[in-house]
Amino acid sequence: MSNDPTHQFLVNKIVPIEIGGIDFSFTNASLFMVATVAVATGFLYFTTGQRGLVPSRMQSVSEMSYEFIASMLREGAGSHGMKFFPFVFSLFMFVLTANLLGMMPYFFTVTSQIIVTFALALLVIGTVVVYGFYKHGFGFLKLFVPSGVPGALLPLVVSIEVISFLSRPISLSIRLFANMLAGHITLKVFAGFVTSLSALGAVGVVGSILPLLMTVALTGLEFLVSFLQAYVFAVLTCMYLNDAVHPGGH
Amino acid sequence: MSVTLASAESTPFEIAQAATSAETHETPADAHAAQPAGETHTETGVAHGDEHATGVFPPFDQTTFASQLLWLAITFGLFYLLMSKVVIPRIGSILETRHDRIAQDLDEASRLKAEADAAIAAYEQDLATARAKGNAIASTARDEAKAKADAERAKIEASLQEKIAGAETRIAEIKAKALADVGAIAEETTAAVVEQLIGAKATKAEVASAVKSAAGE
Repeated sequence: MSNDPTHQFLVNKIVPIEIGGIDFSFTNASLFMVATVAVATGFLYFTTGQRGLVPSRMQSVSEMSYEFIASMLREGAGSHGMKFFPFVFSLFMFVLTANLLGMMPYFFTVTSQIIVTFALALLVIGTVVVYGFYKHGFGFLKLFVPSGVPGALLPLVVSIEVISFLSRPISLSIRLFANMLAGHITLKVFAGFVTSLSALGAVGVVGSILPLLMTVALTGLEFLVSFLQAYVFAVLTCMYLNDAVHPGGH
Repeated sequence: MSVTLASAESTPFEIAQAATSAETHETPADAHAAQPAGETHTETGVAHGDEHATGVFPPFDQTTFASQLLWLAITFGLFYLLMSKVVIPRIGSILETRHDRIAQDLDEASRLKAEADAAIAAYEQDLATARAKGNAIASTARDEAKAKADAERAKIEASLQEKIAGAETRIAEIKAKALADVGAIAEETTAAVVEQLIGAKATKAEVASAVKSAAGE
């Protein structure tokens, strides 16, 4: 490990694969995507293996995450939105597990790559658009025309609505990406201060206590951010899905 | 130690540089072209065959995008399948079983409560009839006993009355006899006293008349 705070985001090839001149190598990013799926699925699968009527502690965790997302989706998109439950649950668990795995030292953070968060955000918006048109046809476009707006203001309001809709995948992806990236860089910089200060001798060792405490505090904060960003991603997904389910209803 | 220190000190500079290069070089072609040889990253452990680790800010390195997208599609697609086909039905069925079980137990509990209430009502009914019956039995028994006792007492009183009457007649007889005997004893005593006093025998007739006159007073 070097002290370069951006080194942790480097994507390294593990198994080089090239198809049609495009690089599809299995990288450390791919490895941690696989790890995320394995850890999340393994946890949810094995903790519910007992199928206990009275749940064990770990089974409770799985059940809580299930009920947490279910109630979030029901509140956000109503009972009609429940057909998206597997999607929102997968998104939440994937993002949460990827964020938390990224907190382990030397582990790669899948969600610190803009392309990954952008792809997930596009998947959400794509689902909203496709389902909206499939279910409501052109009625889906009522989403951009709020009811009760005077005719003169309508072009302005509609253009604002369209712009805000188009900016959703960007804000959704940047929020998660930037939070994970900034958190990991900050951690790395403060941890770097500890090693560089303590190399300066006795005074430096004493001086390095401060950044060390900061690093410890930031680690706690980053765990919170990991959960919070997964939660925010899932909540916003529920809100956007609500538009697909009830386009006229806001 | 000094090498580590040097590289550590260069850290803030590197961040700035990486950020600038990310901002200015949007396309990978640009990034590659503008990359001076001997960038700071060469000192890191990037050596194992990563030709794009060239100073462009890693999350914006577009040469990795295709691979990341492909593997994200594979892994997330697999994850979605696993969740929707295995995990969610599994947790869902656990929760549903528990929900059903709780509802069933509540039904059972309310049924048992109704049964218990009915049993209490029946018990109280039985208790009331038993008490009434008990009272009836007790009062008839008391009446019977009283009647029997009265009859017995009347009988005993009658026989006692009879015995008292018999005893009284006997007492009267004995008294009369005793009184008769008192006269004879008085005469004898008188005769004996007179003889002692005057030395002469009084006749029987005289003594008897004297006793009679004394008793007559």
